[in-house]
Amino acid sequence: MSINWKEYPLGDFYDELISGNGNPRVPAKRLTSYLQSLDENELLRRQKLADTAIQDMGITFTVYTEEGNIDRSWPFDIIPRVISAKQWQTTADGLIQRLQALNMFIDDLYHDQKIIKDGIVPKELFEQSKNFRKECIGISPPQGVWAHICGTDLVRDKDGEFYVLEDNLRVPSGVSYMLENRSITKRVLPELFEQDNILPIDDYTDQLYKVLASLAPNISDPEIVVLTPGIYNSAYFEHAFLAQQMGVELVEGSDLTVAKNGYVYMKTIGGLERVDVIYRRIDDLFLDPKVFIKYSVLGVPGLMKAWQTGKVALANAPGAGVADDKVVYAYVPQVIKYYLDQDPIIQNVETFLCSDEKQRDYVIANIDKLVVKPANESGGYGMLVGPHSTKKEQAEFVQLIKKNPRNYIAQPTLALSTAPTLVGGDKVEPRHLDLRPFVLQGKSSYVTTGGLTRVAMRKGSLVVNSSQGGGSKDTWIVDQEAK
Amino acid sequence: MLSRVAERIYWTGRYLQRVESTARLVNVYTNLLMDLPKDIDISWYNLVTLNSAEAEYESRYKVRDERNVVKFTLADDTNSGSMLVSLSMLRENLRTTRDVMPESAWELINELMSYATDSVKEGALNRGKRHEFLTQVINQCQLIQGYVASTLSHDEVWDMWCIGRDLERADMTTRILDAGANVLFAHDYREKSHIPLVVWGNVLRSSGADHSYRRNVAASVLGSKVVNFLIYDEFFPRSVNYCLHAIEQSVKRLPRGRKVMTAIKELHFSISPPVTFVELDEELSDYLNELQLNIGKLHKIFAETWFSLD
Repeated sequence: MSINWKEYPLGDFYDELISGNGNPRVPAKRLTSYLQSLDENELLRRQKLADTAIQDMGITFTVYTEEGNIDRSWPFDIIPRVISAKQWQTTADGLIQRLQALNMFIDDLYHDQKIIKDGIVPKELFEQSKNFRKECIGISPPQGVWAHICGTDLVRDKDGEFYVLEDNLRVPSGVSYMLENRSITKRVLPELFEQDNILPIDDYTDQLYKVLASLAPNISDPEIVVLTPGIYNSAYFEHAFLAQQMGVELVEGSDLTVAKNGYVYMKTIGGLERVDVIYRRIDDLFLDPKVFIKYSVLGVPGLMKAWQTGKVALANAPGAGVADDKVVYAYVPQVIKYYLDQDPIIQNVETFLCSDEKQRDYVIANIDKLVVKPANESGGYGMLVGPHSTKKEQAEFVQLIKKNPRNYIAQPTLALSTAPTLVGGDKVEPRHLDLRPFVLQGKSSYVTTGGLTRVAMRKGSLVVNSSQGGGSKDTWIVDQEAK
Repeated sequence: MLSRVAERIYWTGRYLQRVESTARLVNVYTNLLMDLPKDIDISWYNLVTLNSAEAEYESRYKVRDERNVVKFTLADDTNSGSMLVSLSMLRENLRTTRDVMPESAWELINELMSYATDSVKEGALNRGKRHEFLTQVINQCQLIQGYVASTLSHDEVWDMWCIGRDLERADMTTRILDAGANVLFAHDYREKSHIPLVVWGNVLRSSGADHSYRRNVAASVLGSKVVNFLIYDEFFPRSVNYCLHAIEQSVKRLPRGRKVMTAIKELHFSISPPVTFVELDEELSDYLNELQLNIGKLHKIFAETWFSLD
């Protein structure tokens, strides 16, 4: 037996590959008919091949549990998700537009705060933000860019359009998994790469290196390092991967020191060597125990001062997270309009701010239908999915909202798009997914071709986070026009 | 190269060598015991003594039989020196230095790791499957050695790797010799003269040295000649002399190596000109112990020179 697309149980959602009645969407035509040509054993063999490749390549992520940290293999579904190149181009333009505006916004917040003086966004927005850093006021990083690397979460609603769900401007992760997904798929479905015009994705690390190098504009061959919190961080695999791919050192806080002259050095077998650019994968608050959390052993004492005085570049710059606050998110359309005088190319998901009395009343009255999120959490923690919650949980959230309205936003439950996912043998079922493209901004801008597709592997589930049972798929941007 | 990375690469080199040596040792030992008459009391427990792991063993096992010793030496995850623990230490060190090693090294080690753990679960420690299992482990280790040697740039990273590997080799050679000597002078073999032959033949095989010995020293295996060969030979890559010479060459290329160099020269000087052992007695054992301690001291000087961060 092989996959029978006619029996594919399409739900009441947009499906990435199948438009209805078992018919494939145009860019997915070759893929679906190829998959249909494989019998059950062959499908099994390919999925096994993928699982072995993941084990051998050591692609893991760390899950924090009460019994300790567990290193898990990356759950992967071999059926790729396909997007047409034409649609992707528009989306990519929208992502660049968005990051440009956000960077102008951050720079403005730490300087003249024109956008507040002009009454576009309220003052409380940053005054009450956990991620506003007073240490950053008046600092001008190279090119006025604060967030050099951004991971934007996109979802596709029932209408087939992409919407931005959130911006990750602090230490977004996942790009290594995007790259590894492709190398697995090349091993598992090599035949398709001959036939389809699947756009390559592997220039990301080159582009990242260029952006990082551009942060030390006066140095011809800058020393760049990736700063990791260490082996116990859930994204350690990625930190090592990126350092390896860029050919730079992977350092921990204890490998670095700030010398009397204010520059940053790394401790090598030959003595101290100066570091010009740090791609840091440590949260702001752990960067420098002299300025932030005193007991942090992950950071480097004196690092903030070195950055403030321009002696070392940090990517992303400290304080950039002020713009990925979920309350700020609600204002991004206005932010784009204000700085760029353009309409946003990609829309936001409708968002209710609990800090606003009217909107708060609406949220409380409709809490069973909405998704309520804390403003500053990531990883899908601390949120309430209204339709999937109990009365008791809802009542708890109402209390939380009333106690600290600034800290909560709410959004309608989205009809997240689905894609066919192997659920055993030749059986495919729809599973919900999202997409995280990565956007770079230095001297110029860059968007990954596609991004990381995360899948909620459990039937009906909307939670795609790998820490909570999510898996992933390769993402293909297919150019049908090119021959 | 970062000091922290240097330390981990050095240990990666050591652990890879240790995994291979341990596999080789158990393999040879299994053969040795098959060749010896039943009434000869050469016990499996020698493998524990040889790794100076008596205390750890005693705390876990009562009976000193083949089953326990093999499990302890190869697969006991509470024995810090067991082959599987060395393997996971190897993997852990590589995991934290992946940025400086060629990509596939990581993949090969993952393969070896899952092969070894799966095989042990499937009963690879039993006599019937042990040989095949250990041979496979040895081959995989050699593959990784070869892959790294031919794809990693021969720069500082390589030198650190080699220093770790060569120090481990020298250390293991002294231990294997010590074990051989101990087996023999615990008994009087005047009436069974073929037994020393069997033992020294296996000592050579444990170091992969039998071929080289026969070609370069003598066709017949003689205890004193084996000892001299494995300590002093200029050309055999696992002789103590050769390893020290190799370490010296690596250190020459590394920064701030002066103190290390002095220590190596002293140690090197102390073993040359060769003391010739005709009688294999307590004197040899003391000599080997002394050598082991000096090798341990070398490690300390490496650490002080390159690994300490402050």
